[in-house]
Amino acid sequence: MSWDWQVFCKDTVSGEVVAGCMAGGRDVTYLQWMISAWGWTLSVALLALLVALVLGSLVGILRTVPNKALAFFGEAWTELFRNIPLLVQIFLWYHVIPGIFLSLRSVPSFVLVVFALGFFTSARVSEQVKAGILALPRGQRYAGLAMGLTLPQTYRYVLLPMAFRIVIPPLTSESMNIIKNSAVAFAVSVAELTMFAMQAQEETSRGVEVYLAVTALYFISAFAINRVALVIEKKVQIPGTFGAGR
Amino acid sequence: MKKSMLALALLLAAGVSHAETDTLKKIKSSGAITLGVRESSGLSYTLGNGKYVGFHTEMAERVIADLQKQLGLPKLEVKYQPVTSQNRIPLVQNGTVDLECGSTTNNAARQKDVSFAMTTYVEEVRIAVKANSGIGSIKDLGGKTVATTTGTTSVQTLRKHERATGLDFKEVFGKDHADSFLLLESGRADAFVMDGSILAKNISTSKNPADFKVVGEVLSVEPIACMLPKDDAAFKKAVDTSIQGMVKSGELAKLYDKWFMQPIPPSNTKIGLPLSDATKAAWANPNDKPMEDYAKK
Repeated sequence: MSWDWQVFCKDTVSGEVVAGCMAGGRDVTYLQWMISAWGWTLSVALLALLVALVLGSLVGILRTVPNKALAFFGEAWTELFRNIPLLVQIFLWYHVIPGIFLSLRSVPSFVLVVFALGFFTSARVSEQVKAGILALPRGQRYAGLAMGLTLPQTYRYVLLPMAFRIVIPPLTSESMNIIKNSAVAFAVSVAELTMFAMQAQEETSRGVEVYLAVTALYFISAFAINRVALVIEKKVQIPGTFGAGR
Repeated sequence: MKKSMLALALLLAAGVSHAETDTLKKIKSSGAITLGVRESSGLSYTLGNGKYVGFHTEMAERVIADLQKQLGLPKLEVKYQPVTSQNRIPLVQNGTVDLECGSTTNNAARQKDVSFAMTTYVEEVRIAVKANSGIGSIKDLGGKTVATTTGTTSVQTLRKHERATGLDFKEVFGKDHADSFLLLESGRADAFVMDGSILAKNISTSKNPADFKVVGEVLSVEPIACMLPKDDAAFKKAVDTSIQGMVKSGELAKLYDKWFMQPIPPSNTKIGLPLSDATKAAWANPNDKPMEDYAKK
């Protein structure tokens, strides 16, 4: 097995090696293409993460409220998006739903993927947020209400500050998962890293180099999220409570 | 051709002494050959349950029968190894697969890693459109959406043409051919650029084949050939001789007719793609020229 890392300096049209690996004008080298693909991967993953955290927290909270209808809605949302494979959901959003609502056809596939991935992950986030809230002694809720706080105030000032601190570690896993799950976006024509890998290895016949580079970028991305989450976890820690003093 | 003759002469002069792979010897001593096949390509595909068929698969089986005769083996076991476009070259390089007859394009980059038998099929990249679309050539694609499949050379072909013609079209990428065809069928894309045989197959198996047609110029020509371990002159010669024998006897033309002009399993539909002049020319002048040599013409 011989290595040929020059493959990344090649122009994507002519196949010639470009000096300095960066082509100008309309020309693009495989390195430039890979960086742009990395950008797409991060954009899809981070925007979907935002959707997932906002929706997931909301749905997770709804599942613990006394109102039966709201709790049912939360349960239904979670089970719906948790029980359908991600790839199937992506195809539902891309092929089936625009087939029914024709106006959705003009929505770019990037937006569809962000929501599909966001909704899928929101179900998992909601499960964790719910677990975090239920992990607290029931007395805390009663204490909050007994002090005259309204239900939203009890959540805001008593329950959620503790619950979110408890679920930071599983949410970190989920956030790292979303980077990896964003690979499905290639299936609906988003030019992200997995698509780059499949295409570039075919064009250059240097599959091992291409896949190694892409693997490294996925690892760096997921690991960066892991480190950021660790910093957040440390920053928000309250001495004498859950997880402190490690 | 001259170059490969020279290489062959040098190799003979050197007495073929250094440690090159000797596939024929390996086949003879093990009594088995591993054939690389594809799960779903126009030239080699599976019917399920480990059964592999197709123009190139059947051709390879006949080559193997000839090898068995040549080696004087009473019995030669054929092991079918499905390969993908990602793993086919490493598997031939490391000797897992002795002979791969799927739909591998012979190009200069790959010739650094593997060798190719004589070209047995010449693929032409074309444009499929809806019959009523009014698109007749690549020039009509300006501002239109063009579908193609991720992980195929057509993506690069399209990029080259986009640059050369100065046209600007929007590209969408299906994850496989069926997906790309669905993009055309559902109207998300105005055209599907792909190998002619794949277009013909998808159109012939669609709900309404009359709704689609293949139009315009040939965007790229790609020689397709069986892939073998690099620098195994004796094995390549045995395979090439067997294929040439089939060309001479008309057997290969019959095989082509069987797989492209007659109803084929599993759905018993016809692909309906007549033997092209380019493929005929490749059969008449056996060669293992890479794709780049075709582009020069």
